[in-house]
Amino acid sequence: MNKDVAIVGVGWEGFHPTSVDYSYKELIYQAANKAYHDANVDPRKDIESFISVAEDFFEGTSIFDEYTPDQLGAVLKPMHTISGEALHGLISAYLMIRSGLFKIVAIEAHSKASNIKSITEVTRYALDPILQRPLNFHPDFVAGLEMQRFLHQSQCSISDCSMIVQKNRYNALSNPSAAYPMSLAETKLSEDDFLAYPLLESHIAKPVDGAIVIVLANGDVAKDISSQPIWIKGVGWCNDSYALEYRNWGELSYVQKAAKMAYSQSQITNPIEGIDFAEIDDSYAYREAMTLIALGFADNTTIRGLIREGAFYPDGKLPVNVSGGSLGVGYLFDASGAQKTVEAVLQLRGIAGARQLSQPSTAIVESWRGVPTTSSAVVILSNQRE
Amino acid sequence: MNAKNRYYPINSLPESAFQDGSILFSFDTFNTRYAWDCGVAIGEYLAGLREGKIIGSTCPKCHRTMVPPRLFCEWCYQPVHHFLPLLDTGTILTFSLCYVSWDVQRITEPEIPAVIAIDGASKNHGILHKIGEIEPEKVHIGMRVRALWKAPEDRTGDITDILYFKPE
Ligand SMILES: [Zn+2]
Repeated sequence: MNKDVAIVGVGWEGFHPTSVDYSYKELIYQAANKAYHDANVDPRKDIESFISVAEDFFEGTSIFDEYTPDQLGAVLKPMHTISGEALHGLISAYLMIRSGLFKIVAIEAHSKASNIKSITEVTRYALDPILQRPLNFHPDFVAGLEMQRFLHQSQCSISDCSMIVQKNRYNALSNPSAAYPMSLAETKLSEDDFLAYPLLESHIAKPVDGAIVIVLANGDVAKDISSQPIWIKGVGWCNDSYALEYRNWGELSYVQKAAKMAYSQSQITNPIEGIDFAEIDDSYAYREAMTLIALGFADNTTIRGLIREGAFYPDGKLPVNVSGGSLGVGYLFDASGAQKTVEAVLQLRGIAGARQLSQPSTAIVESWRGVPTTSSAVVILSNQRE
Repeated sequence: MNAKNRYYPINSLPESAFQDGSILFSFDTFNTRYAWDCGVAIGEYLAGLREGKIIGSTCPKCHRTMVPPRLFCEWCYQPVHHFLPLLDTGTILTFSLCYVSWDVQRITEPEIPAVIAIDGASKNHGILHKIGEIEPEKVHIGMRVRALWKAPEDRTGDITDILYFKPE
């Protein structure tokens, strides 16, 4: 049996700070319709199973998976919901196809963050009810703790992290779907709006609404239906201890392990040579730098120099978040990994428009479920089947 | 109980144990708020209710008329843009007599939820609402009913702009 799996279609709607025109169901329908057209499939006939990525507290509806089939064309078809990050959903679809039981599977992820009037409260509820919540901190304190330790170990400054914000929001200028672009001239960030020192408010990606649908197919089907299949070469996922008291604050060991799993499947021994560009978590600016270390593109002694010399700009050694990332596009909560996957697919197909990189062949996509989690997933994509 | 099962005596915790502090526990409340965008189709529907009309939408491919309206047909997966007013009469598809209220109080006069196939929509396309002005034991499947609307000045573009459906 053929074991290759490819992405054969992507579609999205968004991304905007609000989306009063469409309900989440209509938003998802728009994204799905485009993805199915891109994949050249009829969801009612061709797609054998569907995966939705959603978290009840973000939706404001218990057992949210009951609300997912209709707008995806999945009524009376196999479908399930993953309460995780979009990349976890993508990996589940990949595994279903690898099992040989399914040939075409679609995954959906969305954010209707504008409908949540108490986002901080939802995040606060992710903290331990007995040991952490009674201390009554704003939940971003966890990012403050992590950033503090990162700056201490890497000798990076707050300004170095501001440079990441500048880069990603500048990249967003070339992405028509991005909600928070900003030109470099305007981007002299004030460095006194601390939310949880050393974390600045401007270093936190702002929420957006949007929906993304991705269609995956088995290698033989992909070759038939798509002129530009993007191959999934490796996947990995990992969680560290949930306890704030038990983690290694200076490094993202779980990202490192997820990447190791994906690299080994992709037969990548040296990511600096094997990867052309990266779409990775930047929900807080410092996370991009920490993630680059965990993925093996830098270490604590080199990261500061690489940021300062512009190595992660589109014309640098390793373009990172060319899409604008979550800082420039907007933060889609658990759908963020899907937005990053879409960017990788567009780049690898050579249809990314004004931000198109020069002939990339392999990309790494990484996502994280946000504070206070240690939940990350990695996918490696290529436009080369072999 | 057979010989294989062991018996464990169970002592339930008295309320006083929580009050006098002999039990350690943590208490928290969840203060979330949401405001859902209704979108194009349900937006049309709610605006229709404010005008005293039940709005449906028709699929261009299978031609069925759906209510509440949708911007897509879940069967043909076609986009749907044709909205039209339906009648405010219909037929009971199924119902229940609820003797416990939403906040778990026993009630003697039952509440009657029902799915009502709306005249003008495709067969078996119905909306969920309440039945009123009838002896509960007389409600039956296939019964003809008509909407009782709030006064126009009291309507807010809400499903409750219809008070209930009553025998036609
Ligand atoms: Zn239809």
